[in-house]
Amino acid sequence: MEEVIVAEGLTRVFNKSLVAVDHVDFGVRKGEIFGFLGPNGAGKTTTINMLITVLKSTEGDATVCGFDIKKEASDVRSCIGVVPQEYTADEDLTGLENILLCADLYGIPRKVSKQRANELLELVELSKFKDKKVETYSGGMRRRLELACGLINRPEVLFLDEPTLGLDVQTRRATWGYIKRLKEEFGMTLFMTTHYLEEADSLCDRVAIIDQGKIIALDTPDALKESLGGDIMTLAIEQKEADVTGLIETTPRVKEVKKQDNIYRVKVENGEETAPQILSLLMAKGYKVVNLSLTKPTLDEVYLEYTGKSMREEEATQESMFSKRITMRRARHR
Amino acid sequence: MTARNQNSKNPLHGLWALTNRELKKWYKEPIFLFMSIIQPVIWMGLFGKAMNIGSIFTSTDFPVPPGVDPQVISQQIMEQTFGTSDYFSYMSVGILSFVVLFTAMFSGMSMVWDRRLGFLNKALSTPVARGSIIFAKVFSAVVRSLIQAGIVLIVAFLLGLQLNPNFNVFNAFGVFAALFLVCIGLSSIFILIAIRSTRWETQMAVVNLLNLPLLFGSNALFPTKLMPDWLQTFAKINPITYVTDATRQLILFQTDVAQLTFDFVFLAGFALIFSTIGLMLSWRYLSR
Ligand SMILES: Nc1ncnc2c1ncn2[C@@H]1O[C@H](COP(=O)(O)OP(=O)(O)O)[C@@H](O)[C@H]1O
Ligand SMILES: [Mg+2]
Repeated sequence: MEEVIVAEGLTRVFNKSLVAVDHVDFGVRKGEIFGFLGPNGAGKTTTINMLITVLKSTEGDATVCGFDIKKEASDVRSCIGVVPQEYTADEDLTGLENILLCADLYGIPRKVSKQRANELLELVELSKFKDKKVETYSGGMRRRLELACGLINRPEVLFLDEPTLGLDVQTRRATWGYIKRLKEEFGMTLFMTTHYLEEADSLCDRVAIIDQGKIIALDTPDALKESLGGDIMTLAIEQKEADVTGLIETTPRVKEVKKQDNIYRVKVENGEETAPQILSLLMAKGYKVVNLSLTKPTLDEVYLEYTGKSMREEEATQESMFSKRITMRRARHR
Repeated sequence: MTARNQNSKNPLHGLWALTNRELKKWYKEPIFLFMSIIQPVIWMGLFGKAMNIGSIFTSTDFPVPPGVDPQVISQQIMEQTFGTSDYFSYMSVGILSFVVLFTAMFSGMSMVWDRRLGFLNKALSTPVARGSIIFAKVFSAVVRSLIQAGIVLIVAFLLGLQLNPNFNVFNAFGVFAALFLVCIGLSSIFILIAIRSTRWETQMAVVNLLNLPLLFGSNALFPTKLMPDWLQTFAKINPITYVTDATRQLILFQTDVAQLTFDFVFLAGFALIFSTIGLMLSWRYLSR
């Protein structure tokens, strides 16, 4: 499989002591959506900034579209698109003016850029607002505008840094829709970061979990969840005094059973097939199952498993929180 | 790939786009233009009209020896000190460098904001020439300060600025050329200070530390020959002194060609040195 981004031992140290990104290795395959999942301050933005050549790496190498990020920075720049974590569009200019400005930075001739800008605005459904100043846009609209800006040079790889930071759940889902649609339309490779687990789960083909600058797991979301060792089945039986723990454990592919009163939490591999087996076994022995549910593990649990902590907002340093706060504040703006 | 090859490699393309971005914000909001004009005009009014230095000599009851006309004495003292008996004219020309100084200062501030709000990173991730990012700031500051200075000059004229009787198109051109040069140098300095800064508070502090000494340690408001020696030494290397001298000669006085030439050489050197440093450091320090 052709790899569009290859990082080997990529490292960045701030102020000689803070290791923000710690010898990460990964490869991003052509055409996939590759996600970096991690809490605030994990080193996601720092990694992106090195790959898009705006931050120098302290150690290690990486290539993007086959170009070395250090020696061939300007080649890298012309084959990538970037949608930063911040809202970078100029508030005093209109949506269209902002896109054309981006186009100019790539040196795209006006004849071409005008047409492309209008197509992109159409795609992200901002055509109606293109002559309105960006300060009147909502958070979701700003994100879409940033997306359009990132695509103006028809990049081979698009970098998205926390594309739905601060958006409400509904707008976030809608934004995922746009991202998927744009990817299909242009068939490019996407490198994105997020600290929303559902986002990584529903958008990414492969996910790297990053914590304190290190990649601690890298696979497809399904495989990561699978690696936890299965699904969670919860069942309740009518017979309150009975204990069927031993009985359930005899079923193949059952890994763990926990009993609480008449409710059993069963960790099983391949839940869809194992659950009916357990069910018929219990019924054959005369127990009556009154409640049954089967849940697939989420990346939440994966994260918990690998890092030993749940992924809550951790306060990062002031430096990196400032831009985030501004982004969040603007996202809420209507 | 082919589409990419059509993209212009001409650095002026990005330079113009970035400069225009700055200017658009300014000319689309007449309030900014108004605010940037009103401040120097207020200064002009306060210093030039309120502190009516000439009247110190005429409106006191100081007993003058008989046969001496206080009017004449005052005229002579003013002529000797300021080179003109009209302090308002003297200082309103000095205010032109004030306009340039403050516009240049704001271009440095906008650099800090571009970094904080992520625009700088975004621009750096595109193939646009690093130097264009710096020079767009410089040129937009130049365009803005020349237009503002022009307006301030007209306002000063309306308020009673006495033009040199030989004032002509070439003088006007010379005035703008001098302001152009000093603005290139000054905005390069302020942008250089801002180039790695992420905190506008630091930038503000540094800028304040620089601005007032630059303004008062020059002949913009008061002749340097009346200043203490150490301040005179500072004034001698202060570009504001040279731009004010040049513009005053062109607007108010008879021009002394040798002195004027020296002023221009100094200003050109100042502009050249700092814009070159700006260009070189933008390569090194824009990306961190
Ligand atoms: N310019 C900088 N100077 C110093 N430390 C920084 C800088 N940028 C980021 N950091 C630090 O590096 C770490 C990783 O930050 P970042 O990559 O922004 O995390 P994320 O994007 O995953 O939230 C954090 O501890 C942050 O404080
Ligand atoms: Mg980040």
